[in-house]
Amino acid sequence: MAKMNMIQALNSGLDNMMERDPDVISFGEDAGYFGGVFRVTANLQTKYGLDRSFDAPINEAAIMGMAIGMAAKGLKPVAEIQFADYIFPGLDQIVSEMSRLRYRSAGQFTAPVVVRSPCGGGIRGGQTHSMSPEAFFTQVPGVQVVMPSNPYDAKGLLIAAIESPDPVIFFEPKRLYNGPFEGHSGGALSSWGKHPKGEVPEDYYSLPIGKAEVVREGSAITIVTYGTLVLVAQAAAEKAGIDAEVIDLKTLVPYDLETIARSVNKTGRCIVAQEAPRTSGFAAELAAQVQEECFYALEAPIQRVTGWDTPYPHAHEWAYFPGPDRFINAMNAVLEA
Amino acid sequence: MAHTEPRFHVPAPHVRPGDTPDFSHIAIPPAGEAKRPATDVAGMETRDLALGLVRVLDHNHQAVGEWDPKLDPDVLREGLRHMVLTRVFDDRMLKLQRQGKMSFYMKSTGEEAVSVAGAMAMQNSDMVFPSYRQQGILFARGRDIVDMMCHCISNSRDNLKGRQLPVHYAWAEGKFFSISGNLATQLPQAVGYAMACEYRGDGEIAATWIGDGSTAEGDFHGALVLASTYRAPVIVNVVNNQWAISTFQGIAAGEAPTFAYKGMGYGLASLRIDGNDFLAVYAATQWAAERARAGHGATVIEHFTYRADAHSTSDDPSGYRPKGENEIWPLGDPVERLKQHLIGLGEWDEERHAALEKDLNEMVIASYKEAETHGTLHDGPLSPVESIFEDVYAEPDWRLRRQRQDLGV
Repeated sequence: MAKMNMIQALNSGLDNMMERDPDVISFGEDAGYFGGVFRVTANLQTKYGLDRSFDAPINEAAIMGMAIGMAAKGLKPVAEIQFADYIFPGLDQIVSEMSRLRYRSAGQFTAPVVVRSPCGGGIRGGQTHSMSPEAFFTQVPGVQVVMPSNPYDAKGLLIAAIESPDPVIFFEPKRLYNGPFEGHSGGALSSWGKHPKGEVPEDYYSLPIGKAEVVREGSAITIVTYGTLVLVAQAAAEKAGIDAEVIDLKTLVPYDLETIARSVNKTGRCIVAQEAPRTSGFAAELAAQVQEECFYALEAPIQRVTGWDTPYPHAHEWAYFPGPDRFINAMNAVLEA
Repeated sequence: MAHTEPRFHVPAPHVRPGDTPDFSHIAIPPAGEAKRPATDVAGMETRDLALGLVRVLDHNHQAVGEWDPKLDPDVLREGLRHMVLTRVFDDRMLKLQRQGKMSFYMKSTGEEAVSVAGAMAMQNSDMVFPSYRQQGILFARGRDIVDMMCHCISNSRDNLKGRQLPVHYAWAEGKFFSISGNLATQLPQAVGYAMACEYRGDGEIAATWIGDGSTAEGDFHGALVLASTYRAPVIVNVVNNQWAISTFQGIAAGEAPTFAYKGMGYGLASLRIDGNDFLAVYAATQWAAERARAGHGATVIEHFTYRADAHSTSDDPSGYRPKGENEIWPLGDPVERLKQHLIGLGEWDEERHAALEKDLNEMVIASYKEAETHGTLHDGPLSPVESIFEDVYAEPDWRLRRQRQDLGV
């Protein structure tokens, strides 16, 4: 075991897989020689060579298309989109091509690409470096969507994504790259070194895609979320002294309904939370599914904690970010209902 | 109130419905004039070829000049057979579509040389990433005709399980990539595939085809950037058949002198060729394949041709171009030209040609009868309905398993 932040853990996962499998290659804008603007692909070019870790031109559609072609030939491309906000020029290749290749060719061709992309706000990134566009991809049959919330999961899930026979959109909440974050904008940055999920094996391991985890047990209320808000939700429950159970979804497609339903059937109350804007977000899907599955166990309406239906603001990013106070308000509302 | 003079420039074709067809504005250099450089030439040194027109068959149907691939008559006869079969197949499928046997069809009439000669000049192990009008590749690679028809009528033997529109073939065994239907997406994929060929070191290359209109897509630009940057062993074929549905090529070309010339901006070897000349298509593809296989990178080939028929069965060209244009297309008909070339060589005659057409017609009709024994779109049998939940993922997850139950299958 070593202490790693999320960047180091992801780098370690790539390193393990490139070591094990010569078909694994990594590329993206600034992702080669320099090792990525967040350093996730650092040193891979030195270790594995130019043709296994290389710089790509600034054209996300071309990067996605190239990855699909490589995967169709049997390679296992891990393509970095520098910021999730930049993924949209590549959307046609993901939505119309990567996701459907297996289906439209009836299994003759597949494109098991891993698309890595840092997402989310809280780093003063403004409206073009803060988005959480995961819900778009949950609408796309044929791709899996993953978003870890800590170094240990990040590495295990990235390895699973590389090994998946299906394309995986792998979102990395960049606010968590360098340390856990409890949602207090002014607070000092804490370190993954002091967090149990910052203990990461240096060797290969994988975690199952599609499996959620109860990261805080409780009996009063279930909070279902993923990414940065997993830590915020836990901190909010601690601060308010509420006996909330927090579920880290980890995988959005296919999400772990069994773990969610078990918890909600126990607590009878549910909050679903996402950093993305509220309308048609993934939390809406979770709310719909929870009421279908657990309606008779519910003692209060399901509440959503989300970003606002605005672009991510720069100066007022903390007014946008769904921090602990918004969680506490929601928990109180659900408990009082 | 419409302004009589447009306030900004909008290109328009020379003639419209009701006008007399006229291609006098198209300069056709003599056959045999173009130089054939070594296949390791620097991309920028192909500038004259990007602006010119590589032609091998002259107006007397003789093969002339440095680009003559000097093919054995057996190869020429094989090419002719594939082209005639493509045309016969297309004509039959159009009739069947008009009878309601299939939802949709797209012919490749007038463009048979582009796909047939292109496929024959490559190895069958090279992957092709076609657009929707290169069915000639399938004939050249020997795909079973009944299988093609079963796909087009989406019956129980459709290898795509009824998931794709007719003519959107995929055939892994024949190294024929899945046709998307979204335009130009196959281009960066072909480049990535070609890069993976180099990575594997297996000596394979890739080729892709795109229409003149789709060169306006960002993926065309992106693919050429990739092909140039990584010196990928790929052939990028631009099939300039003059028409993107109803839109003439000038809307995509803009001020560019030719589509091949666009390759110059990326430093890529670029050739503009007579796409109705089987020998020119063969020679150019052979040149580009040799260049790619030797590690000298990609080639852009503009096939100058004419879409002799409608875009698809949903299109009526009489609404946007004069009737009879294809009859005066200055580069003629690819099937007729190869036929006359072979006759001139003393290797073919009208009787054998008529017999070939008759045989292929009968074979296509018989094949369709057999295809219908595996079902029809309207009366079935189709692929089992539960198959709509298959191949979304390697294994269906709980959502798909539940939804299949919801559908009751």
